[in-house]
Amino acid sequence: MRNESKDQNLNSPSKPQDVRKTVPAPQQAAELEKAQMGPVRALAASFGLPRLIITAFLLLMFIAAPIVGNDFWTQISNVINRFSWNAILVLAMVPMIHSGCGLNFGLPLGIISGLLGATLSIEFGFTGAASFFMAILIATPISVVLGCGYGWLLNRIKGGEMMIATYVGFSSVSFMCMMWLLLPYHSPTMVWGFAGKGLRTTISLEGFYSEALARLLRIQIGNLSIPTGTLLFFALMAFLMWAFLHTKTGTAMTAVGSNPTFARAAGVNVDRMRLLSVVLSTWLGALGILVYEQGFGFIQLYNAPFYMALPAVSAILIGGASVNKASIVNVLIGTFLFQGMVTMTPTVMNSIIHTDMSEVIRIIVSQGMILYALTRKSEGGSH
Amino acid sequence: MSNAPLLEMRNISKDFFGNKVLVDINLSLREGEVLGLCGENGAGKSTLMKILFGMDVIRETGGYGGDVLLCGERAEFATPFDALAAGIGMVHQEFSLIPGFTATENILLNREPKKHSVLSEVFGDRLNALDRREMDQRSAAAIDKMGVHIDADMTINSMPVGHKQFTEIARELSKEQLRLLILDEPTAVLTEKEAEALLESIRGMSRRGIAIIFITHRLHEILAVCDKVVVMRDGRVVQDCPAKETSVPEITRQMVGRDVDLAGGEAREVRDLSSAKNILSVRGLWVDMPGELVRHVDLDVREGEILGIGGLAGQGKLGIPNGIMGLYEAGGKVVFDGAEIPLNNPRRCLDSSLAFVSEDRRGVGLLLDESLEWNVAFPAMQIQNKFLIRLLGGLIQWRDAKAIHAVTEKYIDELAIKCTGTRQSARELSGGNQQKICLAKAFALEPKFLFVSEPTRGIDVGAKALVLDALRRFNRESGVTVVMISSELEELRSVCDRIAIISGGRVSGILPAAAASEEFGMLMVSKVV
Repeated sequence: MRNESKDQNLNSPSKPQDVRKTVPAPQQAAELEKAQMGPVRALAASFGLPRLIITAFLLLMFIAAPIVGNDFWTQISNVINRFSWNAILVLAMVPMIHSGCGLNFGLPLGIISGLLGATLSIEFGFTGAASFFMAILIATPISVVLGCGYGWLLNRIKGGEMMIATYVGFSSVSFMCMMWLLLPYHSPTMVWGFAGKGLRTTISLEGFYSEALARLLRIQIGNLSIPTGTLLFFALMAFLMWAFLHTKTGTAMTAVGSNPTFARAAGVNVDRMRLLSVVLSTWLGALGILVYEQGFGFIQLYNAPFYMALPAVSAILIGGASVNKASIVNVLIGTFLFQGMVTMTPTVMNSIIHTDMSEVIRIIVSQGMILYALTRKSEGGSH
Repeated sequence: MSNAPLLEMRNISKDFFGNKVLVDINLSLREGEVLGLCGENGAGKSTLMKILFGMDVIRETGGYGGDVLLCGERAEFATPFDALAAGIGMVHQEFSLIPGFTATENILLNREPKKHSVLSEVFGDRLNALDRREMDQRSAAAIDKMGVHIDADMTINSMPVGHKQFTEIARELSKEQLRLLILDEPTAVLTEKEAEALLESIRGMSRRGIAIIFITHRLHEILAVCDKVVVMRDGRVVQDCPAKETSVPEITRQMVGRDVDLAGGEAREVRDLSSAKNILSVRGLWVDMPGELVRHVDLDVREGEILGIGGLAGQGKLGIPNGIMGLYEAGGKVVFDGAEIPLNNPRRCLDSSLAFVSEDRRGVGLLLDESLEWNVAFPAMQIQNKFLIRLLGGLIQWRDAKAIHAVTEKYIDELAIKCTGTRQSARELSGGNQQKICLAKAFALEPKFLFVSEPTRGIDVGAKALVLDALRRFNRESGVTVVMISSELEELRSVCDRIAIISGGRVSGILPAAAASEEFGMLMVSKVV
């Protein structure tokens, strides 16, 4: 915007304060514009019309649920539960977006680290809550090593990160499909019953860390059940991420994403920042899948990680992030809207049409949301 | 034809939310007349043109006062389309052309002559075929009218900048009803030769009876082609006279409202720093910077001086700071303050208290999407750990929002940066103010040595003086050695103690600033390759 009207101070260089007060700057102009266009449009402008529509639809679902015979509080609990499972996976998108590496389509790599941590923890004989913390402990070095390799790769193909990330995610999943069969796991809870080797596709976490966090301080009022522990754990992670972005290193990371040349000219090692962001993202992916599993109650191996990256990417986009700007608020809003839609729509639809179509509708809704979110990808971004 | 002028603007006034930007503007323009409109950034030129062109932004912000008369009749344009229909054309500073289309296609975009076909008879006009031959003729006619030859079949993305500009002009000329053409700083991006061609075409258009409003910062161009000159300042017309009766210094004085003496004149102090020690010595420097190749530079900079580096474009003067600061691959030996500085390592230079204000403001100099606070404080934070709070015994280095705010406020005041506040994003500032932010960024580092590359490129004359003054003050008050690279010799002569001229990637000579222009001129072309 070329607002030339504000650029005249030659006669009063000694009073810049005064000058500033009279400047009709773009922001003020925008505010005034908002004031003129009425509250609804102002809200739409600040919150984004698409998000407003999704929110309205979600509200409609909440209202419709009791009318068509679903228990309202059960539905609320479901949404909160699914939010708590997925939030950290969405949070994992933030560091790479900040450093300008784009959306982490390679999230499966982090998820695989988490799965390795989970299976190894059980293999080593840990049970109960201890198995959860051991899983985190084991997954951490694995995710750091894999993240370093992944980051090293992304530093070599600047500009094409998102495409390469997708390939990395896919190929690592396929590679692990073989490994899950070949690695010498022996724990009877995990391997195929007859063969005695090779991991099963789905492993129950009963007796291990099923609901390890969710049980903590759980609030149960009638049908409403809130997994306080999981939410607190997410809150802690989100706080740490927020805090990190306020440190010197975090600031440098954001600057690298905003203008790498500027950052380089200011003495920041751009490649190292990008690498760090990829490692962080991968580690959060590992952590995210462990939190997801403890809520869900099962470890899913083989092809399961394929389907984890896109919902997380979509959630953060729906939350209002662009390819190079994302905040914790984007994570919160996005996860809630995305998971809310995916949870509520099939249930309500099912009750309306009285057939069990939930899986079909869930796929239609979640893929539809992904499709929508990806079309919004460039919004606000400079790519 | 009645006696009424083609365009008359009477008592035009406009305010943005109570802030008056135009006060009582009166203009008139006859057929075929060329009016030069000048004024600093923010004087109100663009707003005035927006009113004339019926831009949405004017109506949305509450309209304007006064009357616009076309051929004596009151005209009020609700949209730019109305203005187009009334025969007003405008060529903007930014190109609005489709890169993959040819000049012809761009010139006639959406106004193409069409041929009916069977398909279009059935499915409607949208399926008409383009009449290529007719298109070629029309665009050729428009280009001919302009008087400058451009290749009508060349696609826009393969054209030099100047030809893009001409394509835009031809597009306006191809509209038959065109009576008034507004050119908003058309020569800013042109080379001297292209600019000359443009001026010639302006003369041609004026002979054909098209009135032209010509906005530019290059004042000699105004004197060269315009019949009359209107100077604006602070939203008022401060001068309106025939071009013959004024001169460049006169216009400049009117624009800024005071005497601007960029050349310094008697006021410039002569300092003798020949006894000062060399703070930076460069030996055998080469820099591989595309378009600014440095071949072999030996240079000594004395402590406390302002050294100018000048020379023609492409001779390597910009490569010197970029190479030393590690932004482009370089070789050779650089000794600063007794210690050798490793090349190709920006961090080590910055650690040794060197700072650099890049000529590429938007690409290297600024975080366009971040706040001014970030822009000013970021390098100092990263390099010198300033503006940080140490928590847990230094384990966590937390951004000190208060200190950052304070330092940004300080420089906004000191450099008179115009903005809405420290949190405004850098993208929203005007060029001059962005440049000041770049300087503030370097000042916040409190360096011992500062490279400033093209500090006044693309900013208007008033902001120029302020930027140069800020540099001079920084040098005098903080004792910082400054090396300033600029293409404008006069500017260098106004602030520098000595000036080195780069030619063909080598230093062709170093002269005191007071030396005669001819001597500098000789050096500039001495080794051109």
